[in-house]
Amino acid sequence: MSVDQASLGHVRAGAVEKAKPIISFRNVVKTFGTTVAVDDVSLDIEAGDFFALLGPSGCGKTTLLRMLAGLEVPTNGQILIDGVDMGTTPPNKRPVNMVFQSYAVFPHMTVRDNVGYGLRMDGVPKDLRAERVREALELVQLGALGGRRPDQLSGGQRQRVALARALVKKPKVLLLDEPLSALDAKLREAMRFELSQLQQTVGITFIMVTHDQNEALAIASQIAVMNKGSISQIGKPADLYEFPASRFVADFIGSVNMLEGRLTKDEPSEAIVACPELAPFPVHMPHAVPGNVGAPVWIAIRPEKMNLHKNSVEPPQAPECPSAHNVARGVIKEISYLGDISIYHVAIASGRMLRVSRPNRSRWDQEGFDWGETVWVSWAGSSPIALLS
Amino acid sequence: MALPVSKSRLTFWVTALPPLIWVVVFFLAPLAIVWAYSFGVNKGLTEVDISGTFANYARAIEPLYLEIFVKSIVVAALTTLLCLIIGFPVALAIVFASARWRPWMLMLVMLPFWTNLLDRTYALIAVLREQGFANFTYKWLWDQTSGIMALIGLAPLTDWQPMHLLYNNFAVILGLVYVHLPFMVLPLYAALDRLDRSLIEASLDLGAGHMRTMFSVVVPLALPGIISGIIITFVPALGAYLTPDLMGGPDSQMIANVIERQFKRANDWPFGAALSFLLLYATFFMIALRAVLARGSRLEAGHGI
Amino acid sequence: MATHPAPLEYNRRWPMRLWLFGVFFFLYAPLVALIAFSFNNSKRNIVWQGFTLDYYKKLFNNNELMLAFANSLTIAACATLIAVVLGAMAAIILWRFHFWGKSAAEGTMALPIVVPEICMGVAMLVFFTRVMPWPTDLAWPLNLGAIIIAHATFCFPFVAMVVRARLESFNHEEEEAARDLGANDWQAFRDVLLPHLMPALIAGALLSFTLSLDDFVITFFTSGPNTVTFPVKVYSMLRFSVTPEVNAASTMLIVLTVALMFVMMALQRRAAPTGKG
Repeated sequence: MSVDQASLGHVRAGAVEKAKPIISFRNVVKTFGTTVAVDDVSLDIEAGDFFALLGPSGCGKTTLLRMLAGLEVPTNGQILIDGVDMGTTPPNKRPVNMVFQSYAVFPHMTVRDNVGYGLRMDGVPKDLRAERVREALELVQLGALGGRRPDQLSGGQRQRVALARALVKKPKVLLLDEPLSALDAKLREAMRFELSQLQQTVGITFIMVTHDQNEALAIASQIAVMNKGSISQIGKPADLYEFPASRFVADFIGSVNMLEGRLTKDEPSEAIVACPELAPFPVHMPHAVPGNVGAPVWIAIRPEKMNLHKNSVEPPQAPECPSAHNVARGVIKEISYLGDISIYHVAIASGRMLRVSRPNRSRWDQEGFDWGETVWVSWAGSSPIALLS
Repeated sequence: MALPVSKSRLTFWVTALPPLIWVVVFFLAPLAIVWAYSFGVNKGLTEVDISGTFANYARAIEPLYLEIFVKSIVVAALTTLLCLIIGFPVALAIVFASARWRPWMLMLVMLPFWTNLLDRTYALIAVLREQGFANFTYKWLWDQTSGIMALIGLAPLTDWQPMHLLYNNFAVILGLVYVHLPFMVLPLYAALDRLDRSLIEASLDLGAGHMRTMFSVVVPLALPGIISGIIITFVPALGAYLTPDLMGGPDSQMIANVIERQFKRANDWPFGAALSFLLLYATFFMIALRAVLARGSRLEAGHGI
Repeated sequence: MATHPAPLEYNRRWPMRLWLFGVFFFLYAPLVALIAFSFNNSKRNIVWQGFTLDYYKKLFNNNELMLAFANSLTIAACATLIAVVLGAMAAIILWRFHFWGKSAAEGTMALPIVVPEICMGVAMLVFFTRVMPWPTDLAWPLNLGAIIIAHATFCFPFVAMVVRARLESFNHEEEEAARDLGANDWQAFRDVLLPHLMPALIAGALLSFTLSLDDFVITFFTSGPNTVTFPVKVYSMLRFSVTPEVNAASTMLIVLTVALMFVMMALQRRAAPTGKG
């Protein structure tokens, strides 16, 4: 149901005839003792995608990845890789390879031996092996460090070894378990770009597990958001951000002002929601929303889609909607200056705090807002997202 | 962190002297006397003349005693090897046991370790002796087989003969393995526990089977712990007295039994002293070897205990 | 609902289970048999003939055996007392101070752990017959002095090891705080360091007690005709024959050590969460 709702809002999903998926999870369940780690997940991943499994810790995303690698065995359900049911196929017989969170670079082998390990296990002849190892090391820009031992490498270099070691086997799918979490912030940014470049170069499907929504939005072409063992929503990064299907997704990806209300009018070209916290002004949207008139509904508005106005007697006119809608008056309680943007915490009449963000376009903000100032907040009719769950 | 002595001189001496004096008087001095005796000759019943002779050492490397030395080393080595083979899977099982089972399994390994050595040896003797449980079971199986063979028309087996499981070299090695198994399992456990599991998973993921993973990843990384286990098992096995004494036959004496005989029965203390110090040197050599090997392997993964 | 074992679930594979069963059977079957047959109502037969406590009654009426048992406990208690004091002192000195010859002192303190029992046994024999003959006509328990000294000597390095490990988790700032608040060396030790060391001292004491009870070889060389310990007595009984009486005696010793071990484990579990200050 929730997925249907998302497709209301965006045109691209489902428009193209789906190709045969490279990975299929079918009703996969995994329990550890009495805890359910993965709860009846069905998911198709298409070849060539950079797919991210995103969710808070303990949501089952890593378990899903490990089941794909064969490191955990599903309690129930099927996993297909390129159309073949993996059943209880052991990890060493699966056409996927993994980059571990700790990288798991063998400390007693040189970089070259690490990268060549998988080929040696496959019985690749020595000279061919050397050639492929050299290629793989060049691919990750470690050409000169083949003779080093892992303890002589930096964290970033160790990660490249882990990448080369997995890619050299030419897997059908590369699995990455929190690949960037062990790197420092600057290096992490650089590696995001590199990872997606690398994926385009080798053309292999990448599946990445991450708890960092920025990372997933920046790199992935498709994202599955997971929560408590189930998939909440699947989509392209922008779709998930702009058209979240549930409060969980809206809240987990980016930040959001979430307001509870009741649907008072729902017509093809107009919907109105009354939120007690925004009273007396209702929320107006120039399109129909799911749900029945009179039913409770949640309104989510992103901070950057709200505007600030200097105080005036009459409320300002919000774009794309009738007057006295989509506005609220309040006092700025706090300003977080973040450099590129500033975040304003505005306490409105009901006591509710709204987060509004504004880009700092000018070095001298002409229209600067100040602590304690009374302001109007407004948003366009297209900004609110109406959510049922 | 650690202070120089000058900071609190009185505290230092008051605390340092008692253990120091104790070790010197009751440990180093007795050993030094034994060492001195090893260069002496027997003079009368209780008198030893420390003449600086090497005759005792010369006698110790005569074929008769050299053979016992070599035999002790072979028996200890075999014991160690068996303990390693038997103990490695056990250590692995404990490491990969669930949090609920792990303390219990550790306790199951530790418990015999704490039980009296004499008790354990005695228990094993009770099992292995001619009227013991092992032979009892064997006889029962023999009689059943015989009965079945008679039933299906074959000639029944001949008269049952008990197996001679005690008072031979087999019994000594079995007894030593029985007693020393925990010595091997605990350092192996410590080393394997420190191993990053994702290394094993990475090896499997890259196409190695379980056996290849064991030999190309687990064993090399646990090597310092394995060496520790080998030496911690080998050293006491080499100096074992009770097991060969109680379970061995006339030809399964080990070096400790010869030493005991020199002091308690043959009354040739200088010779016994020389043998003791040869055993002590062998022990020190093994411990030094372990230190060198531990320093040699620059791996961080597990330094045993 | 048993799923296929995951790759690292080694313990769910039957060859591993079989192996574990075999090993633990090997380790425990003889001990269980020993205990069980101390209650068997039969002198020779290894077939179960019914439950009896006769051998325990005999045991308690066997004065020699009971004296040996009392000797063993007395020796263990005295040796433990000495070993704990010496071991704690040695550990604290090696942890607290930098001094000339520290690593030599460290090595020497560890020596009694690695020296083969037989070598230490003969050293004690030589020492107590030639250098410091222990008077044989002293009243009990003073006549046990030589054995107590020998036991304390091989026990205290173990105590030092346990205490040293505990000291590593001591937060120096706690002691500095005590000093800052006006405590002197002794007061800081008594009020801050000693409470921190308590679990290690108890663990070390139990370890030392067990080691002392367990020892046969060194005692064998140090004991005289009037100072027989329990293991030495059992050894001499064993030389003659395997009797249910020895079973009963051994069972008592096993029960005692197992009980000590459980006490130690319980104490460790209780001490564990306080790990770092």
